[in-house]
Amino acid sequence: MYPAAFEYHAPTSVKEALGLLGKLKDDAKLLAGGHSLIPMMKLRLAQPKHLIDLRKVAGLTGIKQDGNSLAFGAMTTHWEVESSALVKSKLAVLSEVAALIGDPAVRNRGTIGGSLAHADPAADYPAAMIALGAEMVCEGAKGRRTVKVDDWFKGLMTTAVGEEEILVEVRVPVLPASTGAAYLKFPHPASRFAVVGVAAAVTLDSKGVCSKASVGVTGAGTKAVRAKGVEAGCSGKKLDAAAIEAAASKAAEGVDVQADLQGSVEYKSHLCRVFAKRAITEAVKRAGG
Amino acid sequence: MATVAPDRLFGKSIKRREDPRFITGQGRYVDDLKLPGMTYAAFVRSPHAHARIRKIDTAAAARHPGVVAVFTGKDMTGVNSLPCGWDLRKAKNIPGVVQDLAIVPHMPLTSDAARHVGDPVAVVIADSQEAAIDAAEKVQVDWEPLPAVTVTERAAQSGAPQLHADAPGNVAFKWEIGDRNATDAAFKGAAMTVKKRIVNQRLVANAMEPRACVARYEDATGDLTLWVTSQNPHVHRLLMCAFVLGIPEHKVRVIAPDVGGGFGSKIFLYNEEVICSWASRRLKRPVRWTATRREAYLTDAHGRDHVTDAEIALSRDGKILGLRVKTTANLGAYLSTFAPAVPTFLYGTLLNGVYTIGAIHCEVTGVFSNTTAVDAYRGAGRPEACYAIERIVEAGARGLGMDVAELRKKNFIPKFSGAYQTHVAVSYDSGDYGAAWDRMLQMLDYKKFRAEQEAARKQGRLLGIGFSAYIEACSIAPSKLVGALGAGAGLYESGKVRVHPTGMVTVFTGSHSHGQGHETTFAQLVADKLGIPIEQVDIVHGDTGSVAFGMGTYGSRSASVGGTAILMSLNKVIEKGKKIAAHLLEASPGDIDFSGGEFRVKGAPGKAVPFGAVSLTAYVPHNYPEGLEPGLEETSFYDPSNFCFPFGAHACVVEVERETGNVRILRYLAVDDVGNVINPMIVDGMVHGGIAQGVGQALWEGAVYDGQSGQLMTGSMMDYALPKADMLPMYETDRTVTPTPVNPMGVKGAGETGTIASPPAVVNAVVDALAPLGVDHIEAMPLTAERVWKIIQGAKGAR
Repeated sequence: MYPAAFEYHAPTSVKEALGLLGKLKDDAKLLAGGHSLIPMMKLRLAQPKHLIDLRKVAGLTGIKQDGNSLAFGAMTTHWEVESSALVKSKLAVLSEVAALIGDPAVRNRGTIGGSLAHADPAADYPAAMIALGAEMVCEGAKGRRTVKVDDWFKGLMTTAVGEEEILVEVRVPVLPASTGAAYLKFPHPASRFAVVGVAAAVTLDSKGVCSKASVGVTGAGTKAVRAKGVEAGCSGKKLDAAAIEAAASKAAEGVDVQADLQGSVEYKSHLCRVFAKRAITEAVKRAGG
Repeated sequence: MATVAPDRLFGKSIKRREDPRFITGQGRYVDDLKLPGMTYAAFVRSPHAHARIRKIDTAAAARHPGVVAVFTGKDMTGVNSLPCGWDLRKAKNIPGVVQDLAIVPHMPLTSDAARHVGDPVAVVIADSQEAAIDAAEKVQVDWEPLPAVTVTERAAQSGAPQLHADAPGNVAFKWEIGDRNATDAAFKGAAMTVKKRIVNQRLVANAMEPRACVARYEDATGDLTLWVTSQNPHVHRLLMCAFVLGIPEHKVRVIAPDVGGGFGSKIFLYNEEVICSWASRRLKRPVRWTATRREAYLTDAHGRDHVTDAEIALSRDGKILGLRVKTTANLGAYLSTFAPAVPTFLYGTLLNGVYTIGAIHCEVTGVFSNTTAVDAYRGAGRPEACYAIERIVEAGARGLGMDVAELRKKNFIPKFSGAYQTHVAVSYDSGDYGAAWDRMLQMLDYKKFRAEQEAARKQGRLLGIGFSAYIEACSIAPSKLVGALGAGAGLYESGKVRVHPTGMVTVFTGSHSHGQGHETTFAQLVADKLGIPIEQVDIVHGDTGSVAFGMGTYGSRSASVGGTAILMSLNKVIEKGKKIAAHLLEASPGDIDFSGGEFRVKGAPGKAVPFGAVSLTAYVPHNYPEGLEPGLEETSFYDPSNFCFPFGAHACVVEVERETGNVRILRYLAVDDVGNVINPMIVDGMVHGGIAQGVGQALWEGAVYDGQSGQLMTGSMMDYALPKADMLPMYETDRTVTPTPVNPMGVKGAGETGTIASPPAVVNAVVDALAPLGVDHIEAMPLTAERVWKIIQGAKGAR
């Protein structure tokens, strides 16, 4: 399990990192924790000539409240998200999601930005980011730009980040009033990645009717997607068990469900529906419904 | 031999003496070895399941910086095929047994064709591991891909791609045991017969430490030392020297230092250690290789892989009249060292189970396929037998409408000690199957469970219970018998006891500990027997340079065979010590007793000499018996008179989640009878680990090959699901104790019981859980959530 030879760079600023990226272009990969990239390199499935490690780059870690959002430095580890008092009080669901990723070793190294830039189709964060309406802040030579989560995941392990850009921050709105959110997954018994994972955020009005539902699905297809049919099915409804079941029945629509060792199209589609139902049910409960 | 009364340390849960070094990172494994001038090997392996080799171009690899040599099979002139150590054709005089075997060549580096993904075709040896791996990528192989067959049932069908010229139709052997005519007659007269297809899927052993070797040839002396992850270093040495490389056995020392698990996969002689040994002789430099986990999945011998049609004949009142079993066993691409024995003499001979059965007949066809070779894996044949019996017995009970527990109880062989002759050649040593069963039912509170299940079913919950009344055969022996079955080796064990002048003791055992805790268990025996503190005892194993020829550890044989060999040597030490003590005490040797670490004159209190004084006298023989040799060191070889047959009763309670098919184990109960127990904590650990592995097979594990490409789809821990602690319940365990009359300690063997017993208990429980939906059988494992969900979807009662 030895990777092919590569050159290692450890810039200390975003500017320096961008300079390296601009110079090395496709020959370089950004290292942001390394719990996906390093195993791929050891198996020689990835053989970058240069690794630009973001570990020492100033200003990429930490969680702070910025207006109505929490801002996560891209190099914030899963463990920091999981254990943060701020996250637990403002966005508890994200702390729960982080706690479901891998094992303690992974969570102490792996980062939120690394995960979202890698865009593994079975990762946990993507579904939650969709449900919570996150934004990705990318920095390039011309400065920063913000990408909405709905525009972020482009396909299998591809995102909207530019070739000479770095994802530097993830911004997640705190939950509005009367909103509950939950993420539930069916983990693969070997990898613990999500065979299917569904995140739901549900806002109830004063009469207990769903005024907004936001639902993300991960695992089943080549990328995490928003379950628009489910959201539409929830919106404006009093979400009792039957209404939730009816809404959740649309959970696999728009998902390019892939058959593989983890499951057939039929089974994964079914799990999308089951976990959508469960996530919405829990979210409604948490919203006070 | 008389039964030894358990005394001081026998039966005590002494903490494992080897653990401090393991848990503080101070174990010494093969890969830890650093030698001057070391070179590193990397293997070029077939990416195809089946492909002819047109040409191998090594020039670019040879030019890579740091590369010392690149070899292909054509360079290894004078090197023979890896041997098959169990030739069924040589089996003779076993009533009812019919056999033959196609022995096919298995060259260390294949030159004509690759027959499974991972088959090695070249080796690059370099000054660094990195250089070896980089250069291996530069070896150009001109492949001609051929159609492949990986599926067990298809391998011997007409039109299947052929693997070996010497094995027409991919048939390695056809083998039979039992009485065909009597079985046919039993089925004709039966009130009820039930036939089911039962698949025992392919597994990967997954020892924590991957295989590794370091070979060092010393030109000045002609000595070769091979450090290798081996469960049986003497067997490794013999097979490699005598059969493959043709080098003098006395010039080769094989050392298996700390070894991190084996589960059988480290019994066998593999390509890599042979190639590294050969290359070290050729290059006159040490050569090292350590498998990656990917290589482990592709090349460690796999386990199981049976497709069986099992059929049971029952009387109306639930008596088992007959059992008919037809099995196809997938042996993989080549014959691994003991492969032919596993689905035959370690399988068919166990089909009598714990039951009185009217007649049994079993036919096995061993087939070659484009998959990794299959050989012994924890339990080896016995789990497959237990699985077939315990599944078909429950299917039979359901067919009759009889309670599964009641049907078993009706058919248990009554309590016996000495011999119970089965229909399938072997004779059991001792058993009290009903006692273990009753204890398990009592712990379970069976009636209460059925009431709870009834209530749960009314709420739509899918709650089920499954049982397994197993028997296992361990410490296979005597050598004369295994020779008659076709084994190329004996199955005795060696034990040497060296008493040092100060009374300290070093024991050299032919058994090998790779997780079993011999350094503790054997030391308990020695300390007890000699009446000395356990701290004065050291156990040495795994080195052909110091240990007398031994057979190693597998088949739960270490305590019963290896331990008894040590005990025999201890008895010799004491007998000699009595002569020395008698001389010192001016008494007759016949008047000397030995106990509590002292030699005493019978009936003369105070006339005693401690063990240490006797040992010192043996080495400083100034005042010494006339004609007695100095020294206090004894060696024994123990060849048991029979196998030992542990047994027990397991039960599993599951709940199936209807919506997802996910199976959750609510309770797991195990009552095992492994005879007398030397260290209960170590036995508990073996039982726990064994159950985990068996539950793993039932619910999650399975080597999956792509049916078209022949690629191993489950080639990593990300895909092959080993059980994790949070997937398992707290076990409820107990033991009954039925000592074996075979050996003086009355110990049977505990290493494999859990893997043998648990798969049918779990699967039977899931079948029971799904019974309200009309499910009466499940053909294949593992019972992944999807598989169970699909069964639920297809069940007539589900809608």
